[in-house]
Amino acid sequence: MAKISSAVFCSHVPAIGAAIDLGKTADPYWVPLFKGFEFSKQWIKQAKPDVIFLVYNDHATAFDASIIPTFAIGCAERFPPADEGWGPRKVPDVIGYPELAAHIAQSVILDEFDLTIINDMKVDHGLSVPLSLMFGQPEAWPCRIIPFPVNVVQYPPPTGNRCYNLGKAIRSAIEKFDEDLNVQIWGTGGMSHQIQGPRAGLINKEFDNRFLDRMLSDPASLAKIPHIEYVREAGAEAIELVMWLVALGAMGPNPRLVHRFHHVPASNTAVGHLILENQ
Amino acid sequence: MALEKPYKDVPGTTVFDAELARKGYHLNQFCMSLMKAENREKFKADQRGYLDQWPMSEEQKQGVLTRDYNRMIAAGGNIYFLSKIFSSDGQSFEQAASSMTGMSAPEYRQMMLTGGRTVEGNRYLSEIKGGKLKTNAIVEKK
Repeated sequence: MAKISSAVFCSHVPAIGAAIDLGKTADPYWVPLFKGFEFSKQWIKQAKPDVIFLVYNDHATAFDASIIPTFAIGCAERFPPADEGWGPRKVPDVIGYPELAAHIAQSVILDEFDLTIINDMKVDHGLSVPLSLMFGQPEAWPCRIIPFPVNVVQYPPPTGNRCYNLGKAIRSAIEKFDEDLNVQIWGTGGMSHQIQGPRAGLINKEFDNRFLDRMLSDPASLAKIPHIEYVREAGAEAIELVMWLVALGAMGPNPRLVHRFHHVPASNTAVGHLILENQ
Repeated sequence: MALEKPYKDVPGTTVFDAELARKGYHLNQFCMSLMKAENREKFKADQRGYLDQWPMSEEQKQGVLTRDYNRMIAAGGNIYFLSKIFSSDGQSFEQAASSMTGMSAPEYRQMMLTGGRTVEGNRYLSEIKGGKLKTNAIVEKK
């Protein structure tokens, strides 16, 4: 039986990808950020996932304004990195898991979560930056990855509650897959940030830390945060945190805290990072 | 009965909702065209001529030509789409964001390095005096 062993939560700022690709990780600006992921890189070597179910958002890359799926699941065998305007990142192609992805799609659609099925897609920094932070710069990603883009570009994104419950449905789907697999689920994006308008640059450390606290003390309560609270308190783009709730919803009761990190700034953004293990 | 849009009361912030997405459709699709290197070259060679191929409003075109991102956002542009323009110009997200705040790029960077813009006094339109958003204590002291 396949099982979700742990969850990784992490921001996906494009400038982090650029810092890695251009060899700037030792610059004083970036040192404190990458320090926060040193433990995580060691941890994941031991954790050895077979598959990562990776919840992220596309940033007007694979999806333009013509089609905007709220929840989509990548069912292809391979997902190449996208050219986001400065050439594709020099990172490995993502190797998918079509059988497991199709299994999850069938299960959660019958649980009334109407996913869009994607069989041809390029993936952007939303997916590749967390992989780089956790795995560094390997020739190939060490496991298979199922990309799961969520719309957070055009308002409204799905509610936190919807995301949290979808996580539960994904967990039950994965546990019905008849192969012994060590599955991790990742929730990416956030934390507080706003990258547009005269209020750009907003950061709310207190909001972020309360959010991180509640992920352990009262995860279900996070599902009740209305969109306006993210926008007003933590910046227009903090609404990406609903994607963390998909991964949080997929975790079992009382997960163990393995690692917690928060850093300001990476470009315009507060970077949050948490690792949880199921009991 | 109208939809509730509580986010209209957040200062200095435009939420890209369905109404704006409709208004900005062609502007945003123009931005997407810049993801191809050949289109970036055509755009750079003749910006006005390239824009005239798109059914965009004059306001949207002027926003692009003057690189006024607040103006583009008001006309329905979305920041992730608009990022194709500043990426084509060789600008980072940080530089583009600073251009929308009325701060210089070094001032903005200093604000970010000292914890970012505070939320205190920046939550509601009614808190904003003289149209100016607060930065943070360290930057404001200078």
